[in-house]
Amino acid sequence: MVRGTQADGGVHSLDALYAAKEIVIVCGSGGVGKTTTAAATAAMAAVHHGGRVLVVTVDPARRLADALGIGGFGNEARQVPPDAFAAAGVEPRGELWAAMLDARQSWDALVRRHAPDAQTERRILENPLYQNIAGKFVQSHDYIAMERLYELHTEGRYDLIVVDTPPTRNAVDFIEAPARMAEFFSSRLLRLLIVPYRRRVVNLASRPFYQVADRILGSQFLSDIAEFFILFQTMYGGFVARARAVERLLHDKRTTFVVVSTLEAAPAHEAELFLQVLRSKRFHVGALVLNRVLPPYLLDPDGGAAASRLVAGAPDIARRLAPLLDAGEPSVERILTEVGEAYRNLRVVAKAEAAEREELAAVPDVVATAPELDADIHDLAGLLRLGMLIWN
Amino acid sequence: MVDLLDRRLVFVTGKGGVGKTTVAAALAALAAGRGRRTLVCEVDAKGNMADFFETGPTQFEERRIAPNLWAMSMDTEASLRQYLALQLHLPMFAAIGPLARMLDFVASAAPGVREIVTVGKLCWEVRERHYDTVVVDASASGHIVSQLSAPEAINQLVQVGLVRQQTGWMLDILGDPATTGLVAVATPDEMPVSETLELVGRVRGETNVDLAAVVVNRVLPELFSRSEEALFGRLGEPRVTASLDAELASPSRPLLDAARLMVTTRRSRTEHLERLRAGTDPAVPLLYVPYLFIRSHGMRATHQVADALAAELGY
Repeated sequence: MVRGTQADGGVHSLDALYAAKEIVIVCGSGGVGKTTTAAATAAMAAVHHGGRVLVVTVDPARRLADALGIGGFGNEARQVPPDAFAAAGVEPRGELWAAMLDARQSWDALVRRHAPDAQTERRILENPLYQNIAGKFVQSHDYIAMERLYELHTEGRYDLIVVDTPPTRNAVDFIEAPARMAEFFSSRLLRLLIVPYRRRVVNLASRPFYQVADRILGSQFLSDIAEFFILFQTMYGGFVARARAVERLLHDKRTTFVVVSTLEAAPAHEAELFLQVLRSKRFHVGALVLNRVLPPYLLDPDGGAAASRLVAGAPDIARRLAPLLDAGEPSVERILTEVGEAYRNLRVVAKAEAAEREELAAVPDVVATAPELDADIHDLAGLLRLGMLIWN
Repeated sequence: MVDLLDRRLVFVTGKGGVGKTTVAAALAALAAGRGRRTLVCEVDAKGNMADFFETGPTQFEERRIAPNLWAMSMDTEASLRQYLALQLHLPMFAAIGPLARMLDFVASAAPGVREIVTVGKLCWEVRERHYDTVVVDASASGHIVSQLSAPEAINQLVQVGLVRQQTGWMLDILGDPATTGLVAVATPDEMPVSETLELVGRVRGETNVDLAAVVVNRVLPELFSRSEEALFGRLGEPRVTASLDAELASPSRPLLDAARLMVTTRRSRTEHLERLRAGTDPAVPLLYVPYLFIRSHGMRATHQVADALAAELGY
């Protein structure tokens, strides 16, 4: 029996969830600690479950590379040196590897794989439109992240892959990316668009369109677009088949989604929406991780009244406490007032958090909560400390 | 340095979760309150800008939501259609279904078209002087550079045609520091500060947009001076704590823990604030917004942030 798995067969901890899956996709809105959560849980899996664990991040922050004790990130995975674990005082059962998603390199690899011949490959890679799509523009990252995941999974080099998802405009964009990409390349409109450039005969029905398009974009740009798509169509079959396979993998029962959020209003709202969308699209939602949650003592039933008494009675209490502290009454009074106010202020926020937590309906079986950490995470030990807090 | 609210086009960006929309809403409320005809535009249609003004969902058609204040949300397809109708004098354009669909398709096929119709619409509102101030709740810091550099990128890709003519005036508006400015929002945490410093570098290197200000959001109050902090520490001594418990007729521990949490959190953030200051051009103002001890957003929070910004800007 997998640890953490109860008699009912349900999975009740991240520990059990990660033991049961091969792909964990970590998602949520920006700034909620997604990357850190992905790295921390991957490290925990490497330590406790063993095998070869890979964390793929889209966040180029040096901090994570430093924390993992690897010089830098690239598209090629690197192993976190065993020394880093030794320094953190643990002996891992398995290996931890890390890779960063380089969108440009991944696109180039995709073209090389699907191009029918060397000449087409070269022309695509040199096309100015391609260079823009692959390097600069936003939506292409969603697709390539999922594509890279597929590749890593099918290589079969890892027992568990934990993926940190790209910061999309809309948190669900990336799961739809493979379907959108397949749709795009099989579109009738796309074929219409490139017809005149392929046949050099303008289809009558589409003439007004070309006139307008030509006025807006100019014919050079239009023919650049057309060339790009004509070339891309040579890869059409492979590309669409691949996009479908990626989509199947996301729905596979070995794949699970972990939603990360804080209990601030906006991220919590987005997490709720995200949970709904994942469910309605029949993805497996394994866990919800709530980061930077204020400590429970702020909700102590007597705490609010005690804080009020402290603020109201600060002058009197200070008079009696000052001799004990060998200090002036005014400064003791000020400190007591600040202490009471700090508690009351934080309590307001803690209550708002508790209300957000209540409102998160239909949460997955596993809900893990991590407090606001009092220190930044600088090393593997820090990641593992966070991991420990959410693992069981 | 041109005063922030004297600029006519202000893009507000920042890492996700730092309060970008709050700051954009507050700047718009501030501008409107100072008598400027103001448009606030939400670019990434999360649709929560409306919450900050306690108003219904915003749409592409701008809507008056307060005196001097109009709100809209960006819709690239509607923007493209409006652009075509205006520039190509095709008033019936939207009615020609298949043709409109085709152009939407071009917009998704040709890279940069979406970005440029977004930036173009905003520049156009400025050029036509429909508003005194346009405040943009822009894309997150990961995307803002490709958005702001789209006119330049398109300018290089497209050699002739209307689009080429169009990028010229956009670049003029974006590149004029008296007209356009970027506001980067950060919180004094490690990642947001690192990302902001990186953004500042990229904006300078890859766009011609001027960095108008850095807003540091959610700055915790300093509870104690150094000498007071030592005294506060002594409240944790067993006999002092015992007296305090007796005074309160209740354990004082949670109260002391809460204050300690605030002190340590603030201290760990100080170094990030210093890093932010050190890494930012001294000519760029850093505007501090205090942590609001509420975790929701609404008109009240918008006004509190606007007041804090007004104080920082010397109004």
